[in-house]
Amino acid sequence: MNSVVSKFAMLLTAGAILAASLISPGIASAKKLNIVTATTDLAALAQEVGGDHINVESIAKGYQDPHFVEAKPSFLLRLRQADLLIVVGLQLEIGWLPPLITQSGNSRIQVGANGYLDASQFAEILEIPQGSITRAMGDVHPLGNPHYWLDPDNGRRVAKGIAGKLGEMDPEDAAYFQQRFQDFDRRLAEADKKWQTEMKPFHGRKVVTYHNSLPNFAKHFGLNVVGFVEPRPGIPPTPSHTLDVINMMKRDNVKAIMVEPYFDRKTPDSIARETGAVVVEYMPSVGGVKEITNYFQLFDYNIGLLTKAFQSSQ
Amino acid sequence: MKPLIGFCVVALLVPGLAFAQQGSVASSGTDTAALEQKIRDLEDRLITLEGQMRTMKAQAAPAPSSASAPSATSAQATPAAGEAAATAPSESIASNPVSLGGAGGSAAKALNPDISMIGDFVASAGGNSIRPTPAFEMHESELGVQAIIDPYARGDFFITFGEQGVALEEGYITFTALPASLVARVGKMRAAFGKVNTMHNHVLPFVDRPLVTENLVGGEDGIDDAGVSVERIIPFPKGIFLSATGQVFRGDSGPDDGLLFQAHSKNDVSTVAHLRGYKDLTESTNLELGASYARGHNELGTDFITSLYGIDATLRWKPLRRAIYNSFVARSEFIWSQRHENPFEQRAFGMYASGEYQFKRRWFLGGRYDWSDRAREANLTDKGGSVILTYWPSEFSQIRGQYRFTDYAGDHKSNELLMQVLFSLGAHGAHPF
Repeated sequence: MNSVVSKFAMLLTAGAILAASLISPGIASAKKLNIVTATTDLAALAQEVGGDHINVESIAKGYQDPHFVEAKPSFLLRLRQADLLIVVGLQLEIGWLPPLITQSGNSRIQVGANGYLDASQFAEILEIPQGSITRAMGDVHPLGNPHYWLDPDNGRRVAKGIAGKLGEMDPEDAAYFQQRFQDFDRRLAEADKKWQTEMKPFHGRKVVTYHNSLPNFAKHFGLNVVGFVEPRPGIPPTPSHTLDVINMMKRDNVKAIMVEPYFDRKTPDSIARETGAVVVEYMPSVGGVKEITNYFQLFDYNIGLLTKAFQSSQ
Repeated sequence: MKPLIGFCVVALLVPGLAFAQQGSVASSGTDTAALEQKIRDLEDRLITLEGQMRTMKAQAAPAPSSASAPSATSAQATPAAGEAAATAPSESIASNPVSLGGAGGSAAKALNPDISMIGDFVASAGGNSIRPTPAFEMHESELGVQAIIDPYARGDFFITFGEQGVALEEGYITFTALPASLVARVGKMRAAFGKVNTMHNHVLPFVDRPLVTENLVGGEDGIDDAGVSVERIIPFPKGIFLSATGQVFRGDSGPDDGLLFQAHSKNDVSTVAHLRGYKDLTESTNLELGASYARGHNELGTDFITSLYGIDATLRWKPLRRAIYNSFVARSEFIWSQRHENPFEQRAFGMYASGEYQFKRRWFLGGRYDWSDRAREANLTDKGGSVILTYWPSEFSQIRGQYRFTDYAGDHKSNELLMQVLFSLGAHGAHPF
């Protein structure tokens, strides 16, 4: 008797799940590709080349630390409909993206599937650790520094990679994506010329950054990052390290501290008071503040802040 | 492989240099612009190559090291031309890991699963006559081995070493490429009954588990059994996330001294069903509600059924701009147990409510209220409360202190101080939200 009941319960469970799968609306075979990106910068680049032939949405917000995004179930709703998932890679999203991908129930975007694109393969990656690494070094990224999008050259390369991928997935629009990439490339080259001119007077300037997220930016615009507010990546500031940073900044005449919007300003502000430096709250990603709505404005904003800070501390 | 890449690099650079030299001779502006463009293109091609190298290194299937060692010795010992030639290519890849940039040695490990070990040390002070705990205990050491199996599935193993022995806490394959958005799991797993039952010890915001888990849901291990699980997201309007899980297990759960479910025959399977709803109230606040049902045969025999009903609610707050500094989680579960016994039925109820507030980057303060009948003697009720302070030296370790007051049925009161150190080695996969 009871075994009958248990089998009935089993059947009921199976039936409920099957029924649930039947009432789901079939994914519309619309021509527009549905793209989900890990960060807003990748969304901005995809938007540049995809134009109105794609729908793109980012999981992380621009003012959020991309290392520590919560794997909210609401993201699954977007992921299950996605044709393409573009990630920053280099283990930046290791703390939150893998369970989302697994739970999405979307076979197209699983790691290694055609709809999974790791954008880091297109970019120039700096600071790939040599030799053995341990967590005594803090929260290091063993595959290299993942903050590579803050170099317009990498922006161009990633956009090119995305355009190629989009063309592969939607061959009818391949020419459209290529043409949009060419246009983006041209506009970016022009803008870069302007940024370089603005930054030229400050070539070789020494700066301190909170987290080690600016090597690509510094390389492109000729800044010299001489220290970090964090004693090691991911480790909050300690009094002794802060003192070292203050002494170093005084000795080397460092006049700017660049801080991401999601870090506490207390330590950078006190270092600034001690050293007479300026705290520059730069935006690491598109959408960090309302006025940054695309990849160009990201650099416009940051370079505007930086040049002002350098001028005032001359 | 290495010479090939070297050749590519040279082939790319030589024309670039040649152009650069010409450029310095011809100093007209348009030429320099063209050359700059050319150099830029070459640089891009190099970086594309580097990227492909990295991808290849991550994906290349190096011959297992155990296989490459014997083949090397056999090549030295017996110069059998055919065999040596056959093994040579694979051998040269395996023994000469490409050292162009990157963490060279890691290439050989690329396909190894992610391995992690989490230590859970517990110390306690104070008396507890009902559930005594030792002064010091290496409570649990959890070994996690996780990897993507193939394009269709991933595998996760969690093996726990307690002081008494080894147990497979979980070990399952997850099929991620099923049609109709189904996600299926096969293996041994923690059942999707409520919230606490699904959580490993090291992700709980307390040292212990709530009284209701101890009394009604199979103790520390909870409903943890071999079986099959199918989950599906159910489309629902208004940004509400809804998912349904159905699970069928062999029917053995709970500790030996207080079995929850016991299978007396192959037909005595247990079933678990879970419905989960989630909604973002604002960008930083979200609410999750769940309803669970579990049914199995208890130790008295095939005809004796234990049914569990549960509801759970979780409210989370985490401002995105200050995500690493402040957060708050409030959670509660209500569980009803219905246990067939001879001649009567035992109906018991239990609940807990807990909250945890992160007031600094490394500091969390929490509290918990417990209230639970006992499953076998539903007229006996245990109550308790805890205050918990947790310090995270880094993301990879935690130090936790908990003051626990328990008023067990029959006027047995206990005051205890628990201290826990958790530490994590290696790449432990992220846990579900």
